[in-house]
Amino acid sequence: MRTVLLLLTAVVLASLPLFAGTFYINLASQILIAAIFALSLNLLVGYAGLTSLGHASFLGFAAYASAWASTNLGLGFAPAALLSITTTTLMAACFGLIALRATGLGFLMITLALSQVLWGLAYRWASLTNGDNGLTLAGRPAPFGIALDGAGAYYWFTLAVFAAAFTLMAVFVSSAFGSALKGTRDQPRRMAALGYNVWLIRWITFVYAGFWGGVAGLLYVYYHRYIHPTSLSITTSAEGLLGVIAGGSGTLGGPVIGAGLLVLLKNYASAYIERWNMLLGFVFLFIVLVIPEGIVPGVRRLLSRKGSGKP
Amino acid sequence: MKLSRRTLIKGIAGAGLTAVAAPTLLAQTSEAVRVGLLTVKTGPLASGGIDMERALQMYLKEKGSTLAGRKVELIVADTAGVPATARTKTQELVEKNNVHCLIGPLAAFEALAIDDYIRQAQIPTLSVAAAEDMTQRKANPWFVRATSTSSQCAHPLGEYCAKELGYKRMITIADDIAYGHEMCAGFLRTFEENGGKIVQKLFPPLTAPDYGTYIAQLKNADAIFLGFAGSNGFRFVRQLVEYGLKDKLAVIGGMTALDEAVLRNMGDEALGIVTTCWYSADYDEPINRVFAPAFRKEFGYDPGFYAAATYTEAAVLEAALQETGGKVDDKAAFMAALKATEVETARGPVKFDKYGNVVGNVYIRKVVRKDGRLVNQVIKTYPNVSQFWTYDPDAFLKAPVYSRDYPPAANLEN
Amino acid sequence: MQFWIIQTLNSLAFGGLLFLLASGFSLIFGLMRLANLAHGAFFMLGAYLGAAAIRSIPGLDLWSAALLAGFSVAAAGGLLERLVLRRLGSNPLGQVLVTLGISFIIADACLMLWGGDPIPMPAPDYLRRPILFAGIAFPAYRFAVVACAIVAALGLYLLLERTRIGAMIRAGVDDMDMARAIGIPVSKLFTAVFCLGAGIAGAGGVLGGPILSAYPGLDADMLPLALIVVILGGVGSLLGAFVGSFIIGFIYTFGTALLPDLAYVILFLPMIVVIAFRPQGLFGRLRA
Repeated sequence: MRTVLLLLTAVVLASLPLFAGTFYINLASQILIAAIFALSLNLLVGYAGLTSLGHASFLGFAAYASAWASTNLGLGFAPAALLSITTTTLMAACFGLIALRATGLGFLMITLALSQVLWGLAYRWASLTNGDNGLTLAGRPAPFGIALDGAGAYYWFTLAVFAAAFTLMAVFVSSAFGSALKGTRDQPRRMAALGYNVWLIRWITFVYAGFWGGVAGLLYVYYHRYIHPTSLSITTSAEGLLGVIAGGSGTLGGPVIGAGLLVLLKNYASAYIERWNMLLGFVFLFIVLVIPEGIVPGVRRLLSRKGSGKP
Repeated sequence: MKLSRRTLIKGIAGAGLTAVAAPTLLAQTSEAVRVGLLTVKTGPLASGGIDMERALQMYLKEKGSTLAGRKVELIVADTAGVPATARTKTQELVEKNNVHCLIGPLAAFEALAIDDYIRQAQIPTLSVAAAEDMTQRKANPWFVRATSTSSQCAHPLGEYCAKELGYKRMITIADDIAYGHEMCAGFLRTFEENGGKIVQKLFPPLTAPDYGTYIAQLKNADAIFLGFAGSNGFRFVRQLVEYGLKDKLAVIGGMTALDEAVLRNMGDEALGIVTTCWYSADYDEPINRVFAPAFRKEFGYDPGFYAAATYTEAAVLEAALQETGGKVDDKAAFMAALKATEVETARGPVKFDKYGNVVGNVYIRKVVRKDGRLVNQVIKTYPNVSQFWTYDPDAFLKAPVYSRDYPPAANLEN
Repeated sequence: MQFWIIQTLNSLAFGGLLFLLASGFSLIFGLMRLANLAHGAFFMLGAYLGAAAIRSIPGLDLWSAALLAGFSVAAAGGLLERLVLRRLGSNPLGQVLVTLGISFIIADACLMLWGGDPIPMPAPDYLRRPILFAGIAFPAYRFAVVACAIVAALGLYLLLERTRIGAMIRAGVDDMDMARAIGIPVSKLFTAVFCLGAGIAGAGGVLGGPILSAYPGLDADMLPLALIVVILGGVGSLLGAFVGSFIIGFIYTFGTALLPDLAYVILFLPMIVVIAFRPQGLFGRLRA
């Protein structure tokens, strides 16, 4: 049953451009990008128990780095992407050293502060970032000679990256390392007593999450062909976090559903409902009151309760 | 059956009817012209964005939603003032709603975010945003702007301050965004060319919570130029009064610093402030003599920059539609008609240069009390001001775009 | 010299404002372990309510408006605590979702009710003129803000240190389970403290009004400031919030004046250093 459902989803996802209009294909691409971003943040929030309010750092930095490398260094897309992902991951390694000195609210604040510093630099260091005017990307990459300019082509490209990201992150959390990570979330003292290096486990996760955040940033800048300091703002970080929590942190499906919900409310429902910000707030309230663990685990619980009620 | 009948009518129209009758018939049978408005209805920029929608709705209501004989359907999108959302909303308007043209967006960074998309999708856009290079070094062929560039109104003000107000030393302060930089740069250039000196330039961050720390730094000068947008100019002037400096330092404002939207919440502290803009609710010409009171009657306050912007763009749209006989399907022809427009609007006469930017009046205005409310009274009109001011366009375009540091300020005192 | 004196006064005034903003956040977090991300929205709601009250009730002065707004926001906070937050238990992610959701609702409601224009709040007549001394002019109202902050700090100190409720709150901050065990009505205490924290923010919004005005986006401008102060001073510590407010006031004022290029990051750099080397904050006993 589960496999059938998964297969069906895969078929629908893969064939979407064949029947949907351009606008909906683009919307789906945006959902996939937001989903990769939320999945990467979920590694910290859901599996390491570290609530970050600065994950936009990685998305924004990778986007800026690749746009800057293509326009200022004249690099092709592949070298620019490589440079951008490498520097983003290195930055995550440094940020991890600083941020992991704290946990809980301290961790939240220090990630927030680090991302605010990047945001400030993006605004102020205009010779590098073009300040408030933002950086424009000349076009989209054409890997193996396949142009990604069309909505459908770009959607398939994003879907492929998404599938890879989802799989690799799923492997990460279900590996022995992933179990140890969950151990550090639930029983950090016991894990330390058992001889695990809690700090190192968290740091590796932080860097890995930063890497995927950077991948989301690359897809983001290719999609929009434009990057502006707002992409580094608290709002971007908060949206990712809200997606993770609303969908269900610590699950693989949750962040995808949550990010999808947010993109749809923000970019689709807002065309029909003037007070969409208020709607967003009420949706969060509803989720917390009815299914506090998030949509995916919550729905699963409700379904299983219903299922077990049957004779 | 239906299909064949329509084809038949088309055939008759094409073959038998006169050239004059054909467009009318076409207009009756074809669908409405779909106009997309990119505005901001949530977040810190909402004040201007709401006015943009109100004024545009008003224009369409006055015309019975029919421009040049064609029904017009308006689709409004809320960008929340975020570049990425502005882009998504533009795509939505183009790809889902199939709009024929766009009015907006509000902010410069939104216009830049959708720049390449407009080119690619070839959507005629009547912009409100002031980003200079959209009609200068990187002129977008699908872009017309009946409002102004950031520095277009600052140029004459600089000259006015030096020549007519006789200021020798001035300070500029503006939001630390491209809009603020460009305005201050234009002001600095003409002010210094006419013998003035800019002795201090300050750029507080857009989100600065308090200006006390900037006010304490102000040097001795004749006047201070404010290049703020939104609520920031309002807060700055109030704080200047708080520190007792408004009596010692004359206050001069850019086009949104003391906008009517801000003025309606101010008190006597605003009296006497001189600002520049391409519009004033107090501008006394036939069209505005109807528009401003009608707007005030409907919403209870004077129209300002943003309301006048969409009201003016709508007039340009109507004029261009009349030129093409209501046809919008030939995008290139429609765009050419937009750029060739010469029309009388609420802001005065509007025509465009070859880059798609307006050549029109700029008003120097002074805050006075009239009928119990504060208004920006026009005290001098600079007619037919171009985005290049009196400079040679080619030389202007060869120089770098106005920024935080260009043109360089030679007289700063530190 | 004049520059240094004025900027010092500016720092004190801004610090006072920050204390009115941040003390409620610190109080709530200290007892309830709840990072109330709607705190900026409470501050803004207070500002709008105060402005609306002054506009519609003739003769109402700023101080009464602050009390009125303070009590209204406290009541709203109490309802929120009873109806929603209570059900969450210790679910920190749920708290993030709910408090951010509430702040979206408040911000959008303010926009809907009061429009997008900034609304000014006049200082009382007798505080509108600047005070002149030694060739310096400094706004009288800003002195009043410092005074308000000191009064609020003293009031909170007396409440916490000299009253029965204060003793209960302190017991709860130190060890919740123990407090529960010795029969302290923790549930009622939570509601009371949440009301108090929200109320201070609401009143603070009005007292900050003559400087900041009420405008859309005020909430987002203020929330990071509250977090910075609290983290720097140490969560749950009244003294920490007080000292932290003034330290931030000085760093912000002198930093933006002397190092204008760092204006965007001036508040965040010191915070990174503090958390990295002293995660519990300058005066905190608990690790955040």
